[in-house]
Amino acid sequence: MAAANNTLKSTFWRGFRDSLPFILVLVPFGTLFGVAATAAGLNVVQVMSFSVLVIAGAAQFSALTLLIDNAPTAIILLTSLAVNLRMAMYSAALVPHFGKLRTKLKLIIAYLLVDQSFALSIRNYEENSEQPVEHKVAYFFGCILILAPFWYVSTYLGAALGASIPAVYSLDFAVPVCFIALIAPMLRTLPHIIAAFVSVVAALSFAWIPYNLGLIIAAILAMIAGAYTELKVEAAK
Amino acid sequence: MIPDPEKIWPVIFGLAIGTFLIRYSFLGLLGDRELPAWFLRHLRYVGVAVLPGLIAPLILWPQATGGVPDPARIMAATAATAIGLWRKSVIGAVVFGFGTLYAVQYLSA
Repeated sequence: MAAANNTLKSTFWRGFRDSLPFILVLVPFGTLFGVAATAAGLNVVQVMSFSVLVIAGAAQFSALTLLIDNAPTAIILLTSLAVNLRMAMYSAALVPHFGKLRTKLKLIIAYLLVDQSFALSIRNYEENSEQPVEHKVAYFFGCILILAPFWYVSTYLGAALGASIPAVYSLDFAVPVCFIALIAPMLRTLPHIIAAFVSVVAALSFAWIPYNLGLIIAAILAMIAGAYTELKVEAAK
Repeated sequence: MIPDPEKIWPVIFGLAIGTFLIRYSFLGLLGDRELPAWFLRHLRYVGVAVLPGLIAPLILWPQATGGVPDPARIMAATAATAIGLWRKSVIGAVVFGFGTLYAVQYLSA
């Protein structure tokens, strides 16, 4: 029993250690979200509600951008939730590992299911597919235990910092610069590059369409372009 | 600045609930269900389909200049993209982007 507990503990700490490098990614994003949201006029309770209730950086930045642009609420939600649709894939990928857990535990895991905790966990489960489910749970919580609080705290620091920085410093630019930092690593294959290119060209061409619907049209066209290019690339192999 | 602060709370709560439902979808509600291949193929490109289109107008027609294209912002965005692509570094892109923005603003002031 003691030995089993020990290994469970060591699995938890392994997740903890594996997640540490991601702090370097989360802290600048969280801080910049706090800064940009405060510069846009959100109070500290609203800024923190975003980071604590949503915990999804790209969607938070999307919502903030569209709020500044005065898009209708339905369009803001549709666009920002589309950005989060990838998490449905994460949810599906975890079913073989967590499908049989208690509902309460699944609710907590779902809340904490972010890019980093998913990427680390799924790699660990594929490498050690025979490990018992308690170990998989321990590893998952080890990964997220440090990352989630760092996300909250860095957002708070950004909000506190943002309130004290004068407008001369062009903090509105924090939003595009963060998006660029988010998108650049995504452009790893030809279909991704083509999708991004179509997205930019179509969004600029359709910017005249009211209610930011041009962006939604651009996103659909870009997705089709990406998927189509992928099929062509596969066929050429 | 956000022109209509009335929208902030509905957006926060709507996004929080919607995001949670997406995360909980298969794990708690749908279970072990196969998704059609064409759907997954399109889903893979959602991120790169939405985000570049979202920021392109922000860079070209920034609110801070009243929508007039600003060479400093365009150059800064180009610099951040170059560093992001080359180094895959978040901090590098942010520092280099803002560095370029301030340098160009200072030199052209």
